[in-house]
Amino acid sequence: MNITLDADKCCAAGQCVLVAPEVFDQRDEDGIVVLLDAAPPADQHDAVREAAAICPAAVIKVDE
Amino acid sequence: MTPSPASPAPAAAPALPVQPPQGCPFDPPAEFARLRTEAPLSKISLPDGTEAWLATRYADIRAILGDTRFSSDTTRPGYPLSGMTGGATTEHRGFIRMDPPEHTRLRRMVTREFMVKRVEAMRPEIQRLTDELCDAMEKRAGQDVDLVEALALPVPSLVISLLLGVPYDDHELFQRLTGTLLSRTVTHEEREGAREELRSYLHRLVSAKEAAPGDDILGRLITEQQVPGEITHDDVVAFAALLLIAGHETTANMIGLSALTLMRDRETADRLRAEPALIRGAVEELLRFHSIIRNGPRRAATEDIEIGGQLIRAGEGVVVAVPSANRDPEVFADPDALDVCRPNAQHHVAFGYGIHQCLGQALARVELQVVIGTLLRRFPEMRPAVPVDEIPFRSDMAIYGCHTLPVTW
Ligand code: SF4
Repeated sequence: MNITLDADKCCAAGQCVLVAPEVFDQRDEDGIVVLLDAAPPADQHDAVREAAAICPAAVIKVDE
Repeated sequence: MTPSPASPAPAAAPALPVQPPQGCPFDPPAEFARLRTEAPLSKISLPDGTEAWLATRYADIRAILGDTRFSSDTTRPGYPLSGMTGGATTEHRGFIRMDPPEHTRLRRMVTREFMVKRVEAMRPEIQRLTDELCDAMEKRAGQDVDLVEALALPVPSLVISLLLGVPYDDHELFQRLTGTLLSRTVTHEEREGAREELRSYLHRLVSAKEAAPGDDILGRLITEQQVPGEITHDDVVAFAALLLIAGHETTANMIGLSALTLMRDRETADRLRAEPALIRGAVEELLRFHSIIRNGPRRAATEDIEIGGQLIRAGEGVVVAVPSANRDPEVFADPDALDVCRPNAQHHVAFGYGIHQCLGQALARVELQVVIGTLLRRFPEMRPAVPVDEIPFRSDMAIYGCHTLPVTW
């Protein structure tokens, strides 16, 4: 799995952080998404797919 | 030229459905289910006689809210303002009624304040406030207590005043005004009076903070944005009003409805008491199930856009039916059932979708989790003090809920 972000579009609603806190974080200054792990281990894959599905601004792109 | 035979006047489009089905205060208007299958994008007429599209299907609603060609700018031609309540006419629009790049610029000034980790850090404080209010309620055992007044409204009110830096001495005034704004027993004049008083209160509050900015949202907006000239005094006041109103009515009504739901569903309440870890998921499901934004969000198309096979033309307005999306059987199995273990409850659009999705959602979640968990734990015997059909539901308001909720235990 490989994750890419289009952070310019991020509206900092934080859904990704709630769903996959080991993969996503928010920048202290403005709450914009930060990728902690671009190629997370298999046990994180479901959470990452879920984060991509509920991200309101279509920021998270997942290549399997 | 022969006159053509007079064609019958086209029937006016139906009004936006608002009434829940008879006897079921928790369900959205029954009409939504029919519209979803027969006419997922249909024309409705608004109270001022203008027409707009009504979207009822989950997929279409996500497509509309996720597409910035649908404008949130209320000053645009075609924007369906009519029939909206809740400060739509304020002189300062606030960023929720703007499009990028202005929306992005202003929203980003406050996004960090509502980050998941900052909100999580407030959890102990929110728990403390909730416990205090519950202590006060406990002392009134045996009397009928209005849960809206005793808990549902004060929690978000105290939390938002903490965030904005409302001085402790002003709490009473602040809560009285917000209480009046939310009440149904007041007259239109009283409510407008409270709105005006609150506005001038916020002006005074911002002015005081300009002289001595503190460590709170308004203080930071003043030192970091207003002083360098990025925004004006009026912008700071508009921020305060927006955060105040957006964070208040919504959370208060969700607390009331959630408490009532769990008082009526003993099995679920017992289950959550036994397994508090389920409360997080239960809050998502309650958000989906209740979908308290009853006639919005709304947008205006800025170009011709095809949605779900229907062409929406530039300059036409769209009303998005959040309660309908959240009960769409294409997405949520057995959608009219409350299932606190529903695997995809979090896919709800109760906080909206797209770049305008609720900024305060992490805070709302923590408030709901804390209050619901505490109520279940501390008041296991709580029940409505009146029959459910005597509870005044807010069928007449943009945000659904109950005006009062008398309880006993
Ligand atoms: S869910 Fe999407 S918009 Fe929200 S913080 Fe994460 S990446 Fe940004």
